[in-house]
Amino acid sequence: MSTRLSKGGRLIDRSAALEFSFNGKRLKGYRGDTLAAALLANDQMLVGRSFKYHRPRGIVAAGPEEPNALVNLGSGGRLEPNQRTTVTELFDGLEAASQNHWPSLEFDVGVVNNYVSRFLPAGFYYKTFIHPRPFWKHVFEPIIRQSAGLGSAPKDRDADRYEQAYAFCDLLVVGGGIAGLQAALVAGRAGARVLLLEQAAHWGGRAPVDGDVIDGKPAGDWVDAAVAALEGMENVTLRARCMAAGVYDHGYVLADEKVADHTPGDGRPKHRLWRIRAGKILTATGAIERPLSFAGNDIPGVMLAASVRDYVVNWAVSPGDRTVVVTNNDDGYRTAIALREAGLAVPAIVDARANPAGDLVAKARSLGLRIEAGRGIAKVKGGKRVTSVAICLQAGEGAVIDEIACDAVAMSGGWSPVVHLWSHCGGKLTWDTANACFRPDPARPPLNHDGGAMVHVAGAANGAMKAAEALLDATAAAEAAVTALGMKPKKAKAPVAEAVAEGPMEAVWIMPQGASAELKAKMWLDYQNDVKVSDVQLAAREGYESVEHTKRYTTLGMATDQGKLSNINGLAVLAQALNEDIPQVGTTTFRPPYTPVTLGALAGEARGEIFQPLRRTPMHEWHERNGAYFEPVGLWRRPYCFPRAGETHEQAVHREVTNTRERLGLLDASTLGKIIVKGPDAGKFLDMLYTGVMSTLPVGKCRYGLMCNEQGFLSDDGVVARIDEETWLCHTTSGGADRIHGWMEDWLQCEWWDWQVYTANVTEQYAQVAVVGPNARKLLEKMGGMDVSKEALPFMQWADGRLGGFPVRVYRISFSGELSYEIAVPASHGAAFWAALHAAGAELGAMPYGTEALHVMRAEKGFIMIGDETDGTVIPQDLGLDWAISKKKEDFLGKRGQQRTFLASADRWKLVGFETLDGSVIPDGSYIVAPGVNANGQGKTQGRVTSTYYSPTLKRGIAMGLLHRGPERMGEVVEFNTVKGGTVKARVVNQVFFDKDGEKQNV
Amino acid sequence: MSHFSRLWRWQVGNFRREAAEGREVGTDAPGRDALRDGGHAMKRYSVFAIAREALRHHAGWERAWASPQPKASYDAIIVGAGGHGLATAYYLGKNYGITNVAILEKGWLGGGNTGRNTTIIRSNYLQDSSAAIYEKARSLYETLSQDLNYNVMFSPRGVMMLAQTHHEVRGYLRTAHANKLQGVETEFITPQRVKELCPILNIDGPRYPVLGALWQARGGTGRHDAVAWGYARACSAMGMDIIQQCEVTGVRSEGGKVVGVDTTKGYIGTKKLGIVVAGHSGQLAEMAGFRLPIEAVALQALVSEPIKPCMDIVVMANTVHGYMSQSDKGEMVIGGGTDGFNNYTQRGSFHHIEETLRALIETFPIISRLKMLRQWGGIVDMTGDRSPIISKTPLGNCFINCGWGTGGFKAIPGSGWAMAELMAKGEPGPLAAEFDMWRFKEGRFIDESVAAGVAH
Ligand SMILES: Cc1cc2nc3c(=O)[nH]c(=O)nc-3n(C[C@H](O)[C@H](O)[C@H](O)COP(=O)(O)OP(=O)(O)OC[C@H]3O[C@@H](n4cnc5c(N)ncnc54)[C@H](O)[C@@H]3O)c2cc1C
Repeated sequence: MSTRLSKGGRLIDRSAALEFSFNGKRLKGYRGDTLAAALLANDQMLVGRSFKYHRPRGIVAAGPEEPNALVNLGSGGRLEPNQRTTVTELFDGLEAASQNHWPSLEFDVGVVNNYVSRFLPAGFYYKTFIHPRPFWKHVFEPIIRQSAGLGSAPKDRDADRYEQAYAFCDLLVVGGGIAGLQAALVAGRAGARVLLLEQAAHWGGRAPVDGDVIDGKPAGDWVDAAVAALEGMENVTLRARCMAAGVYDHGYVLADEKVADHTPGDGRPKHRLWRIRAGKILTATGAIERPLSFAGNDIPGVMLAASVRDYVVNWAVSPGDRTVVVTNNDDGYRTAIALREAGLAVPAIVDARANPAGDLVAKARSLGLRIEAGRGIAKVKGGKRVTSVAICLQAGEGAVIDEIACDAVAMSGGWSPVVHLWSHCGGKLTWDTANACFRPDPARPPLNHDGGAMVHVAGAANGAMKAAEALLDATAAAEAAVTALGMKPKKAKAPVAEAVAEGPMEAVWIMPQGASAELKAKMWLDYQNDVKVSDVQLAAREGYESVEHTKRYTTLGMATDQGKLSNINGLAVLAQALNEDIPQVGTTTFRPPYTPVTLGALAGEARGEIFQPLRRTPMHEWHERNGAYFEPVGLWRRPYCFPRAGETHEQAVHREVTNTRERLGLLDASTLGKIIVKGPDAGKFLDMLYTGVMSTLPVGKCRYGLMCNEQGFLSDDGVVARIDEETWLCHTTSGGADRIHGWMEDWLQCEWWDWQVYTANVTEQYAQVAVVGPNARKLLEKMGGMDVSKEALPFMQWADGRLGGFPVRVYRISFSGELSYEIAVPASHGAAFWAALHAAGAELGAMPYGTEALHVMRAEKGFIMIGDETDGTVIPQDLGLDWAISKKKEDFLGKRGQQRTFLASADRWKLVGFETLDGSVIPDGSYIVAPGVNANGQGKTQGRVTSTYYSPTLKRGIAMGLLHRGPERMGEVVEFNTVKGGTVKARVVNQVFFDKDGEKQNV
Repeated sequence: MSHFSRLWRWQVGNFRREAAEGREVGTDAPGRDALRDGGHAMKRYSVFAIAREALRHHAGWERAWASPQPKASYDAIIVGAGGHGLATAYYLGKNYGITNVAILEKGWLGGGNTGRNTTIIRSNYLQDSSAAIYEKARSLYETLSQDLNYNVMFSPRGVMMLAQTHHEVRGYLRTAHANKLQGVETEFITPQRVKELCPILNIDGPRYPVLGALWQARGGTGRHDAVAWGYARACSAMGMDIIQQCEVTGVRSEGGKVVGVDTTKGYIGTKKLGIVVAGHSGQLAEMAGFRLPIEAVALQALVSEPIKPCMDIVVMANTVHGYMSQSDKGEMVIGGGTDGFNNYTQRGSFHHIEETLRALIETFPIISRLKMLRQWGGIVDMTGDRSPIISKTPLGNCFINCGWGTGGFKAIPGSGWAMAELMAKGEPGPLAAEFDMWRFKEGRFIDESVAAGVAH
């Protein structure tokens, strides 16, 4: 069984007992425990079920590489599926539940998959479930979906919050083991701004566990001193519990700091996502131990050797009473020694190598440990827990020599450097034959903007596996990085670790070498996804030869541990099957994140109403108080209408239209885009931007203008006012302001950079109110302060002045066909001005109106709306706007586009109005049908509706739309389709439905 | 009643309903060892074959596709063994009997965007010519597993495009009307129906309450790799040569007609050439002596860790920019936008992921505590009107198929069908007719970005 040892445990605080629960059972642990350590301390080795065969699964590792020990952590708004117990710090009251089983962890029906597993090899689903056809969607797939998946789907909104922060540094050091600490010391002393990240809650990495000695002292002491020294440096920042997730171009790094995972509900953000911009990055991310592939290597109790050591040394937990060590390298002996020193039984060290030798081997021998050299494991026996191992000759086919009773197996297949961060941005790898692993190729690093190396690497991450090598490597790497940053490393005595003479490791990819097909079908490569040696061999046999094919066909390395344990072993098996060298087979691509990152952290604080920036006009609060129903327009929220008690939106819109047409309406038009274009070349610039001529516009006047993209399609419209000789104010659509401003800058910065023009988007600097209706002038006169008479301020002119004491700019323009003024005031006056207009306007019948009434009124007048009459395929000529296109100008954006045959043709859909024969409203989005079908069997069309409304003014449905050669077909009756089938008949009419001669607007 | 048996009953109910609606219900046919003579002998896949192999440790499975050396020349060469290239070859053989064909691939087959997309299949496009080819593709997907004898896992679970502004509502209503005439089954549904179909969806805002959705019940997803592999296996069985690790480096012509290609495995002659290389189209076009109106940008995607089923359909939320579905493995498959700059690195970038996740957490609040497992980018080939090119080229007997951009997975069977017709006959059929490359010169756009649509 697994238990807590009575002594030791460098990370736990025995004075702080914590209570937690697993599957409802109440258990005890200590502060400093990981959840995995605490589970083992309570003899809970079985923690989950595998993905495909639902095999019982135990804890394998002690870090982020853990493939099996995932749980549903917490509940309700704090439920976190697939939480990795090996990196979860224990806290009081923690609740965890195992995953992927039904009805229970101990008894899981899904395990039938295990008994028929021989019928479910890699990719079996590609070969079956083909017939009968509807069965895939309705029968097979739902069953597969139910049995796949891992953790539970949360049901509630996240109860926690997250934040994001920026950091800048000269050197980012990732990894707080001895290599990372040493690198940070070197860079810190050189004066570089250093940021040092460590994913765990403690510093020092492996060395303190492995019993290394640095400068004559235990590694732990050196680590403490190094951390203290770094903390004393002003230019160095240390951040534990902070995992560098991804390296992106130009030294950009994302890191996830687990601020309050271990103190949930304390009010702090759960995670803090760091967006780091580093001059250089130095990864000292260590190495991960590889499992060995022998039959039954997935039975609970089979663990990585170094992880077994971690549990014993760090948390005083013994995974088993009797642990067999199986290894192909000397490091495995460290585990045997640590176990023995903790007073635990190690019945045998099974070493695949024929002649193990070295300091550690000698020490094991001197401790009297039984060493089975040249041997391997033929098979692990047991169900939910290891009961024994059968050993055999490694060079043989698996004939059993001896069976050894045990309840745990500690395996070591060698170490793989953590090369993820090096690789994210294109760093290349090289094969290290001595250690049988890929490590960063110093000649092919990921590059920075200047062509220099963006990432440096040190320590075990660089293949410098031993403490002594790692420290030397870290010093050299940090000096190189600092020098590349243009700084000078200080001379300082480098720490020296005591050398341990280790014998060479021997690559062992399958144990035993000549294992039968039967055995290979029990050797797990990827524990979580249930990929076995036999699966990879099958993939190779079937021609899925590229690593990417094998990965995808077998799902090797695609589980939530992303192949941290399985990739290299899988590659090796594939290489053998293909008769190629491992480096030739290559690796799959390493993609961010290094370990999975909570989506909430990636989204940060932008949640709820502010998940996107929220833009409000100065009058927003008034609208809210007065019951506005809002609609989003870009990032703005605009009142759609102001329904009164008992009114539907439709009724409100009709009331607003009628009131505006008969009395007085007020519209908050502040969102209207307002861009100032200024400079000696501003006129020339606007003549290029607009289809019409703006340079000749006299100061004090307004002109309606159209903008097209280069293709010639209409993209925005609005009124332009000439402010002074060098200054124009361009109004754009509300949704178009930012886009058009960007468009202007694009041309000015990239194409016409020598033109003397400045632009400024002043949309938010002004509040703007449209005062509309027969009583509009009366209202302004009542406000008093400037002459707004027909003579003083004719249509399409503007004037500065004061109204009711407010500084205003009044434009005499109209989008409704009524007598209308648009009045801009500085934004800070907006709310007061709006309120003053309402107060003064009350006796004149003033009411606010929203965007929908605006739409209806402009449609009654036949005015086009960008986004309704246009959709990116419509040119001004289609809309009868030829008059707004200059024939004289040599060029403007879109002119050449419009000359292309298809656009220049008369044979296009063109704007007209429609009146239904029965007065009804044509359905939104309807097409005008034409007789017959096209070559693809689709019903033919000859036009479509673009705006369709009930007109409260005319008391009938009105519409605008595009019709093939429309203006030539006045009076004709056409048919609009409906989604239910059937059509609506309508007569083609002029699109101006109301006040054709403009008598109301020009008073 | 247990969860499983309830599920089973419900599923069988659905199956009965579909069978009653007259959709074909096939049977599994064991036996028949090779699909076609002459080609790479192909063992038929079935549950019986698996049972047989299980008894001998699956030692009897043969290569899914052969790995031949190139011949001196072919009747037709397809450059690019992505979905579109492989489908083109397949229908050249199947529909026109042209099987002396090589498909040349610079990397591994299916390793381009075919193997990195988010697998949404739908045909509710706006413009007639788009709807025609995407619906052709979708309908071919319906029976593709049976046609290829390879389970491509086409799963018509339904695709929903949310309308979150009044403008978007009008856009989708327009699409619904267009689809009606095009014979594409779609429906504009209410927010209540949206919630029923996808209970984890937050329809109440606060920023963009759901106002309705365009729903295509027979849209869905498929298994991207399987589509490539299934076509590859069937092509190989017809005797075609799929040659991987074979990059085309030059196009040779005589008298204005193509005669062959230079490759990293030497020169190979051909009577006809089909260029189907997505993001690399510009390079191949240059080799063939013409230019294309295409630019390359990276499109971003990511998956979460797998969880138990919580979402049975595909949801696209275009106003807030994000879409999501749940794979059979349980991962939430999430797609976002394209990077704002041209590039060729198939890497994930951060800012889009952030924007996409913000939008999706608002739309699906329960995903906030899930974790991002992997992110990546694929280089998409974008034309000026966001529609593909299936066209003759200035070079005789040289044809091109490209520009599928962010949404070509769903089109694979239809595109292959149309491209095969173009290559076999030398002239486009009705499916491809509008997609020629000269439309940009004439301004004859097939613009799909117009209504509210994005094109995944
Ligand atoms: C992130 C992402 C998400 C997407 N989501 C969806 C979605 O949900 N739904 C959807 O319908 N579509 C989606 N797409 C789009 C879809 O993936 C593509 O449109 C489609 O896969 C393109 O297929 P293809 O065969 O044209 O190209 P590819 O699969 O890219 O194939 C082109 C092949 O040509 C090869 N090649 C290139 N140059 C040469 C040469 N010189 N010699 C030989 N071979 C060469 C390449 O190696 C490659 O294998 C998405 C794309 C991305 C990137």
